[in-house]
Amino acid sequence: MSLLPSFELIRAASLAEVVAARRSHADCRLLAGGTDLIANLRHGLGSPATLVDITGLPGMQEIAIEPAGLRIGAGVALSRLVDDPLIRRQAPVLAEAAAAVAGPTHRASATLGGNLCLDTRCVFYNQSEWWRHSNDFCLKHRGTVCHVAPTGNRCHAAYSGDTAPALLVLGAQAELGGGGGKRWIALDELFREDGAAHLALGADEVLLSVRLPIAAGLTAGYEKARLRRAIDFPLAGVAVSLRRDGDALAELRIALTGTNSRPLLVSGCETLIGHPLDADALQQIGKLVQKQVAPMRTTIAPAHYRRRVAAALASRLAARLFSAPTPA
Amino acid sequence: MPMILSLTLNGRPRTDLVSDNLLLVEYLRDVAGLTGTKRGCDGGECGACTVLIDGAPQHACLTLASRCGGRHVETIEGIGSPGRLSRLQRAFHEKLGAQCGFCTPGMIMAAEALLRRNPDPNEAEIREALSGNLCRCTGYVKIIESVQAAAGDAT
Repeated sequence: MSLLPSFELIRAASLAEVVAARRSHADCRLLAGGTDLIANLRHGLGSPATLVDITGLPGMQEIAIEPAGLRIGAGVALSRLVDDPLIRRQAPVLAEAAAAVAGPTHRASATLGGNLCLDTRCVFYNQSEWWRHSNDFCLKHRGTVCHVAPTGNRCHAAYSGDTAPALLVLGAQAELGGGGGKRWIALDELFREDGAAHLALGADEVLLSVRLPIAAGLTAGYEKARLRRAIDFPLAGVAVSLRRDGDALAELRIALTGTNSRPLLVSGCETLIGHPLDADALQQIGKLVQKQVAPMRTTIAPAHYRRRVAAALASRLAARLFSAPTPA
Repeated sequence: MPMILSLTLNGRPRTDLVSDNLLLVEYLRDVAGLTGTKRGCDGGECGACTVLIDGAPQHACLTLASRCGGRHVETIEGIGSPGRLSRLQRAFHEKLGAQCGFCTPGMIMAAEALLRRNPDPNEAEIREALSGNLCRCTGYVKIIESVQAAAGDAT
């Protein structure tokens, strides 16, 4: 007996072919590296009749400097992001975040687009079919109740992509393509706070690439807490970017993953601009993070731990970056 | 839907009819009869199914066989031969890197990819290269010593 449900694999060579495949096959999923999708299908989390391989679309494998910034195709493998000289020079935080995804064997096939569009995760969802069946399934798949918050009306599964916060603190944009053509949006607008529908993509839209502005003098880093240090999804992951002007902070962005149903760009950081990053400011960063994250009972580590570890990682990372030498 | 898959398996070209949903680990074990590649978990967590695809270590349990057309796939059966162990197999044998042996094919394939890329890795680089491979017997110390011994053999 096959480990996977039966499906037809379509290799799309153009965006038009993806759109046509999705219009003619109602139950259709997009396939890139497959490291998350194939594992989920093995767990019975969906049984699509069609998979569309999008890694062969034009531009999906490109990394290039363009007038508007550094453009990275959504099909670029994470292992390539870790090693690529252009990425390491222009966006080292992205290489750092990509290196924090799973293990080298996953990174060899997992893609940037797949990591950005990663399905949300939950202890009640990422389980075997018989486990979920015995629990009457859950709101995210085949059930009617979110076991994390049974009185609520939405799924609380946590977003767990590591590369999203790194791109958010760099002010990335995302290129989407579909039947209506292509469009650019701020990466932040790609996500929604709903574990069962966390991507704001149109029905026939695909993430094609991301673009980063080239920003001189910005220092950025990424850190995550996880249960299995060698390979695991983040219990909480934090990216920070900052610019220092003398003894004062000139720019600060903080983004989180693993704590909400979407990657979260922390608001209120502007209140710290123009001041030194002293103990009070670091405490303020911790408070901003603690106030805005909303971890729920979606991992075996308790939510209050993830809230506190997110705050600790953010202030610790900001302190390290503030005292690091300013990049050229 | 069935398709014709032509690939190079352990240096030899072969062609088979496979279904779109056939995983590479199923193809290797059930179609090609190469049972050295193990199925240890239910999806990418243990690394026991690690094979090399065009020289890069990948999970055969997360890879569709039908996406391997035209590619070079190497399994543990392509490393060494009966009576003629490879340097890694010899080192795992002599340094007691294998206990129950279930994780060993995956460990050796991941280590083989590392040593081809970096013939003289330090301990941190070995740990990183094997970070996707679980072993429930050895505690990893003997495995790392085995890879170090194999690297030393080559120099």
